[in-house]
Amino acid sequence: MKKIINDPGTVVLDALRGMALAHPDLLRVREDPAVIVRAEAPVPRKVAIVSGGGSGHEPLHGGFVGHGMLDAACPGAVFTSPTPDQVAAAVSLTDGGVGTLLIVKNYTGDVLNFETAAELAAADGVEVRTVVIGDDVAVRDSLHTAGRRGVGGTVLLEKIVGAAAERGASLETCEELAHRVLDRVRSMGLALTSCTVPHVGEPTFALGEDEMEVGIGIHGEPGRRRVPVGTADDAVRHLLDPILEDMPLGEGDRVLLFTNSTGGTPLIELYVAHGVAERLLAERGVRVERRLVGPYVTSLEMQGMSLTLLKLDDELVELWDAPVSTAALRWGI
Amino acid sequence: MGCAEKDVADAVRAAAGVVRRHRDELVNLDRPIGDADHGENLGRGFAAVVAALDAGVPSSPGGVLEVVAKTLISTVGGAAGPLYGTGFLRAARAVGAAEELDAATVAAALRAALDGVVARGGAQLGDKTVVDALAPAVAAAESAAGGGADVAGVLRAAADAAAEGAESTVPLVARKGRASYLGERSAGHLDPGARSASLLLRAFADHAAGSAG
Repeated sequence: MKKIINDPGTVVLDALRGMALAHPDLLRVREDPAVIVRAEAPVPRKVAIVSGGGSGHEPLHGGFVGHGMLDAACPGAVFTSPTPDQVAAAVSLTDGGVGTLLIVKNYTGDVLNFETAAELAAADGVEVRTVVIGDDVAVRDSLHTAGRRGVGGTVLLEKIVGAAAERGASLETCEELAHRVLDRVRSMGLALTSCTVPHVGEPTFALGEDEMEVGIGIHGEPGRRRVPVGTADDAVRHLLDPILEDMPLGEGDRVLLFTNSTGGTPLIELYVAHGVAERLLAERGVRVERRLVGPYVTSLEMQGMSLTLLKLDDELVELWDAPVSTAALRWGI
Repeated sequence: MGCAEKDVADAVRAAAGVVRRHRDELVNLDRPIGDADHGENLGRGFAAVVAALDAGVPSSPGGVLEVVAKTLISTVGGAAGPLYGTGFLRAARAVGAAEELDAATVAAALRAALDGVVARGGAQLGDKTVVDALAPAVAAAESAAGGGADVAGVLRAAADAAAEGAESTVPLVARKGRASYLGERSAGHLDPGARSASLLLRAFADHAAGSAG
């Protein structure tokens, strides 16, 4: 294992301290329990938007703390959900008096820990609602699995709901909006290489030199199948086809296209893939009206990418364009 | 002969040692069908439990179980934190203010723990989860207690049944938790949660046998 770390046991805390020093204008870091909090929190009479999850997906979620997005993020250990006391602390540090929306990616551990935290917060008198995001079409949504995983769509959901909360939307409105985004967002990813979890020290899985894993999860969970590595066109089709099978789009549909690197894939390849995705969508008459391209939901140093499509309407475009000021997304300010 | 708070605390320390020694095994079981964190997370949690008990042992067996529960909930994360935490919390409530645990109370505590895990996680027998080890363990513990076994006998029966139950997860296709994403590809692997439950019960049983002898 080659990593720039001092100690696998303190890697999350060491990174949080560095992050606090890097962005003193945007956020503060509480250490015990660990919470990343918006610098000006609590914002009075604003619905607080709180998220969190395992570390190792940076900039998700801490990089999205700030004006127009998250009020707090709870970083768990690497690839491990945060604990209920972290989430409860985040709720209490950001409570503006008009309720809190918890955004939870659909993984068994995350759901159980946030559920426990919501009970604690409710006992403290804060009105808490929870939205669980599952946008990964690689997982068949059935009674026989834990359900679709939360992946790239999480960033879009956090941005859009964060913008609404910043404008003074009520807790009910934020919750409804979140469900509306969930209905219209789908993702799929692939990996060319595994990642190495610091406390494990070895790659999570082995892929042959000419293979890629299609439908990979953001923790290195194996996906739908292994296929030979082909061209960028092939790779993008492996992602776009199942998304469009699940959420058919055609002539005149408006979308946001999010082309994400899982950490190890450089921007030059990501732009190649993004160009292919735009071309394939244009061939179907789908109008790409907004884009996000870069490493926003990563799996440590994994080489790979994911595509996320969000079906847009005027309101969603307006909320996407609204000012945001976070470590990872910043515009309009 | 029953177990007072000190015996329960010592059994928990013994279990923490077993978790520490099996950390890598649990990590490696979790790698092909999960996310390679089970041994790391449980190890961190039980190290925190030992630290909490070093700071002071509560005055009743139920109090010890409650410290275990709350510490695991706040330090483990993942699915294991809330599931084991809820299990120990329900066990603590089942034990109540009893000053000593007898065979029947131990069996009742195990039943309460299983009910808590099922209520929190929603898994059924055969879903390839911790329940596949715990459910047969509870049945065996109740049957042993009903047959007049002592605490060590009840825990031995539970540990034997849990070991067999954990092994039974190997051919199963997971329907809960992260392994369920794999579908058919989850078959052929021992479930890490079932394995850790079996290890904990074996540690409790060995400790009870040692202190009784």
